Amino acid sequence: MTSSENTDVLVIGSGFGGAIAAYHLAAGGARVVVLERGPWLSGEDFQHDFKFGSSSTRIFDFVIGDGMSVLSGNCVGGGSVVYFAAMPRAPRFVFDRKGRFNRRMWPAAVSRDTLEPWYDRVAEALPVTQTAWDTVPFAGGLFGAACDHAGRTANAVPAAVDTAKCTNCNWMMSGCRFDAKRSLLLNYLPAALAHGAQIRPLHEVQHLSRTDDGGYRVHYTVLDDVDYRVEVGGGTIDAKIVVLAAGAGATPVILQRSEPTLGAMPHAVGRYFSGNGERLNTAIFDEDRIRDVLGLSRPDGVPYEAYQIGKGPCVATWDKLDGSLPEYERFSLEQLYFPPGFGTILAQVPDAVGPTWFGAEKKELLRRWQSWLTVFTMSEDDNEGVFGAPPSSGNSMRLSQQMLGRGSLRYEPTENTLRGWALSDAEVRDILERDGLARVMPWTNDVVGAYTVHPLASCRIGDDPATSALDDRHELRDHPGIFVTDGSAVPAGLTVNPAMTIAALAERAVPGIVEAARARGVDVRYGAPAPDGATSSRAAVLPLVSGALRR
Amino acid sequence: MPREFETDQARTMSLEAYADTILPGERRWPGDRAIAGVSQGGGAVASGALEVLRSAEGGMAPALDMLADGLNEHARAYVAERGIEPDAEVPPFVSLDYPDRVLLVQRLTDRANPECDAWISLAMFCTIAFDAGSHTNTVEALAAGHVGLKTMGFRMPDSDGLWRFDTYSYGRQLARPHPDTTPSGSPS
Repeated sequence: MTSSENTDVLVIGSGFGGAIAAYHLAAGGARVVVLERGPWLSGEDFQHDFKFGSSSTRIFDFVIGDGMSVLSGNCVGGGSVVYFAAMPRAPRFVFDRKGRFNRRMWPAAVSRDTLEPWYDRVAEALPVTQTAWDTVPFAGGLFGAACDHAGRTANAVPAAVDTAKCTNCNWMMSGCRFDAKRSLLLNYLPAALAHGAQIRPLHEVQHLSRTDDGGYRVHYTVLDDVDYRVEVGGGTIDAKIVVLAAGAGATPVILQRSEPTLGAMPHAVGRYFSGNGERLNTAIFDEDRIRDVLGLSRPDGVPYEAYQIGKGPCVATWDKLDGSLPEYERFSLEQLYFPPGFGTILAQVPDAVGPTWFGAEKKELLRRWQSWLTVFTMSEDDNEGVFGAPPSSGNSMRLSQQMLGRGSLRYEPTENTLRGWALSDAEVRDILERDGLARVMPWTNDVVGAYTVHPLASCRIGDDPATSALDDRHELRDHPGIFVTDGSAVPAGLTVNPAMTIAALAERAVPGIVEAARARGVDVRYGAPAPDGATSSRAAVLPLVSGALRR
Repeated sequence: MPREFETDQARTMSLEAYADTILPGERRWPGDRAIAGVSQGGGAVASGALEVLRSAEGGMAPALDMLADGLNEHARAYVAERGIEPDAEVPPFVSLDYPDRVLLVQRLTDRANPECDAWISLAMFCTIAFDAGSHTNTVEALAAGHVGLKTMGFRMPDSDGLWRFDTYSYGRQLARPHPDTTPSGSPS
């Protein structure tokens, strides 16, 4: 018999879902080990470089599926290291969505009101701040001005960015060199380490099995730090509690692969995947019209030519986040930058005579790249994604040394999803083509299918066991002691950037995990302050969680 | 014994012609057959498409011979179907005019084609060569005048190889916020 390490709590993944749980459990006294499949980079490791093998490919996972490709984090800190740090809270109507089964998808216990104190905890911890217009980069200003010209409102989006440190380099998808982006590397994770948690990078969990004492054995392989296709080791760790937070593209795959050892999974594991209804449009602006119609000019007199400059999405229009509109017709539009290296191939040529995504006309479009503006739709899709049989290891068949793989996700957009996308495309055109400002085309879905940077719902919470894998405490149905706290737990598309809601749900789930750990004999209690010691948001949640406070 | 055009040189020409179909450039020398010559300035090939495709990191290298041979096989079928007289001096795909190269690439990358994943991957790496120069360090690529990044107007970094934009904002509020915005700055 091989010997296995043991710990109280084993956390799989170190993004929002994993880091938040790891911090609170370690601070509360539990022994915590975090296994992260990606590398551990920080500060100066984050490079301004598109070269294969630089941080831009080391910390990303791009998995091409059948009809949907998923971009996600692959490093200690997970999505928080590669994201654009836009942190709006989800609009109220989202929690009442009914979806295709015409039944409320969210658990009755979760609404915007009940989530607010948990949102506040995240806002204090990162922190999240409101963006001032005088720090909005040219691209966001241009989008805002175009919205205003078209009679729409537009907001500077709350973000987890320290603008005093930000250089507006727009390399934030490669990790922030200047520690301006408030990733988990700067708050929850160092605080978890300070409380004794261990984080092990390049440890890719493959499956779980049971131990004789009612706990779980976690089976992992260790990956080569350059070629992730190569396994250089492996092992097991036994834990009383498992927190699964590998991301919505990987969590269900680990559970699917664990069926032979754990037994049948709830029906909803690997089903009801949502791409957050995401859709991209590229606008190519007429610089003269920017000056003549909108009256915009940079200090050097150039109207715009500044696609490269900025800090991701800073301005969004929320006019269609109107709860009185029918479901599937509500969406937000957000100005976005998408860097080269996958960031241009899907943009289509307006009025093309030949092919739209490649060819001579596409090259002419690229000559005007600095006059591009990407507009990001986040809408209500139909949770139509389904994962097929898991690959032999990881969450995809890795094609490149890093980043690129082929996965088993199948996504055929329904009429509802397609209608939302068509409405949002029309809205983008109406705003940006007005008075000859720009020409607009959506990204093609004919190359790698639809595309999401916010995978959700593949192992979701809910009250209905038939359509949710987790109960409203995030515990996996029929498998007590396994909790899922990442984006896969979010029941459906949020119509806004989901990181804030994923993080708030993870904060909300922690007291329940603490209680489950205590029931299994772990000496742990809930009640840690924010990672920097701040306590104002804690005061609001302690009355909600008395069961997890007892010694 | 290899079939006709199943040599390193012919395969390179064929893959260059594919890359040039994705993002075309100007001929590198008189009589450059791989490049169709339909665009001013360099394209994917001059940007390093073959280097990207052959890089160990990208993962395409082991499949390139098969793809080049497959490309020419499809080109043979295409010319037979269209009644085009191929130029026997060069690989079949290279012998195609640019419009025919485009039509064949559209057919190969169509989602209905069971082989489309391979041809789309090839197109993706050709595009990455142009828009990112991923076979080489970006600062060095820019210093050396990388064709794709230059065509896109990608700006130069500071002297330490990092990008900073001191001037980045119009500096004023340019739209009215949504009336239901909450005190946290979120939608209601």
